[in-house]
Amino acid sequence: MTDQLPLLIPVVLLTAALAAPLVGLLRHHWTYRLALVAVALDAGVAIWGLVEVVRNGEIRYELGGWAPPIGIEYVLDPLSAFFAAVIACVALIVMIGARRMVEVELPEKEVPYFAAVLLLLAGFQGIVVTGDLFNLYVFLEITALAGYALVAVGERPSPVAAFRYLLLGATGASFYLLGLWFVYNLTGSLNMADVAAILPAVWDNPALAIGLSLMVVGMGVKMALWPLHGWLPDAYTQAPSATSALIAPIGTKVGAYALIRILFFVFGAGLVRDRLPVADIVLWLSAIGIVYGSIMAIAQRELKRMLAYSSVAQVAYIGLGIGLANPAGLVGAVLHVVNHAFMKAALFMVAGNMRARLGHSDISRMDAEVRRRMPWTMAAFTVGALSMIGIPPTAGFFSKWYLASGSIDEGLWIMVVVILASSLLNAVYFFRVLERAYLRPPPEGGEPAPAGRTEARPVMLAPTLIFAVGIVLLGIFNAGIVTTVIDLIRPGGL
Amino acid sequence: MRDFLMGHYAYAASLGLVVVGLYAILVKRNLVKKLIGLNILQAAIILIWVAAASRPDATVPVLEGSGHGVEHAIDAADYLNPLPHTLMLTAIVVGVATTGVAFALLISIYRRYGTLDETELLNEMREAGG
Repeated sequence: MTDQLPLLIPVVLLTAALAAPLVGLLRHHWTYRLALVAVALDAGVAIWGLVEVVRNGEIRYELGGWAPPIGIEYVLDPLSAFFAAVIACVALIVMIGARRMVEVELPEKEVPYFAAVLLLLAGFQGIVVTGDLFNLYVFLEITALAGYALVAVGERPSPVAAFRYLLLGATGASFYLLGLWFVYNLTGSLNMADVAAILPAVWDNPALAIGLSLMVVGMGVKMALWPLHGWLPDAYTQAPSATSALIAPIGTKVGAYALIRILFFVFGAGLVRDRLPVADIVLWLSAIGIVYGSIMAIAQRELKRMLAYSSVAQVAYIGLGIGLANPAGLVGAVLHVVNHAFMKAALFMVAGNMRARLGHSDISRMDAEVRRRMPWTMAAFTVGALSMIGIPPTAGFFSKWYLASGSIDEGLWIMVVVILASSLLNAVYFFRVLERAYLRPPPEGGEPAPAGRTEARPVMLAPTLIFAVGIVLLGIFNAGIVTTVIDLIRPGGL
Repeated sequence: MRDFLMGHYAYAASLGLVVVGLYAILVKRNLVKKLIGLNILQAAIILIWVAAASRPDATVPVLEGSGHGVEHAIDAADYLNPLPHTLMLTAIVVGVATTGVAFALLISIYRRYGTLDETELLNEMREAGG
């Protein structure tokens, strides 16, 4: 049974995605129940897979009985099993509250919405488990197509944001495909392990450098690496809250996963770090992205938009860890993936709760009334904000710690400065919100706010608080996560 | 030089199409023209893949007479490489789906703003936002 785990992880969701519209035809509200059950099942399978991989080593599944490199194989190794488990768990927690958010913002659109959500998640899981470079492209596009649809049903200008996202996303995928052409013609194979074994023979071929750069650019668009992040702020801001809460924590991380997989497991550190300056380019672009994203976040007046720009900076932290290309850097990058997934999910859920209760999430209109009316939501926001700034024992501190120590290992003190400076900038834009929500008295003569608490409904508050508690737990138990799982992720040459 | 061109003109022409597609995506103000640019880009990459699969004097990779007890000596050089063709069939399907979603988005944009010109759209959105 454990043989089939790599296949089951995406297929459970894919099957549910196909069944969801049909079930919706029979009973409207069954679609959401089906989606919730499917995601819960998938989380169970993914955690089971992670436990199996940690105990017994990687699991490979050959599709259709065709042995690789001719056939496609799905691989569950420590890296993919960890990502699959994180994606499934975060998606499950968001899904608990998603229905209420969809009811508020998108009445009557439940059936197609949750069908697209399942397709999106199936694509994420497919990207993570596949061991085939072309199959990766197909799953990237499945995710992207579902993502465009989920963004486009938001506020009035959201189709414009979705169209821009589509243009950039499809161009990035085309670049990846063109880069893959070079790799395929040099190696004659598409299987990741097989390509990795053949590539050292053609390291000196200049065509390989072209193919590699094209693939990195393609992945850079998907993970919103500066300066390819242009699609992200509008898409995250104008998407419905449920979409932001789903895509923001895991969407760009899947791009980061693909980048880690391609750079270190297919091309190998010997090529991307020692022979070509690919890792260095990713490193410096990420450093710029960290500073740029943090400064732009300070300039925003709307909470979701601020969080979107902060995502540009946070994804760049992951890029920084990838660019360092040393063990501590990789640990920091992978740990920051799970930490940031929880932080961003919590913060976007808070924004969703505010929109549901206050009708807006404008920072300039917030005052102490917000805290009085929604104390638990603001408490979750505070935990998320402290973690983003990087205050122990919240999770954000530890991934930054690994990134900083990875920079010191390389003698790159400038990167330590970048990490510290961005923490200060994070403090500026998060304390600005906290100051308003906790200390600023409501303006006199304004219309009186409704008396008593108007906390978000339990079904939306629960996932927010689970994420907030999760942030602290991730911080406290980070050493355990690193030693049991992340330390197993050891690509050759690193 | 002439021999090189004869052997590689298909790549040169396809790369020209890649540039045309990227130019349209970046420079054109009309969103439909941007989408056309994206299609040109995708088609050019598909052509590059398929062009690399061809071989002089080779034929389609269908083994005739197999299964009837007739033994053939199979020489891979007599056949085209079928894998890029099958991959590109998938890529074409992906491209069609992307175009379909893009048109749905464009229709929805046109219904909301009555224009598909990027400059006008930005003005409309700024007025609505401010």
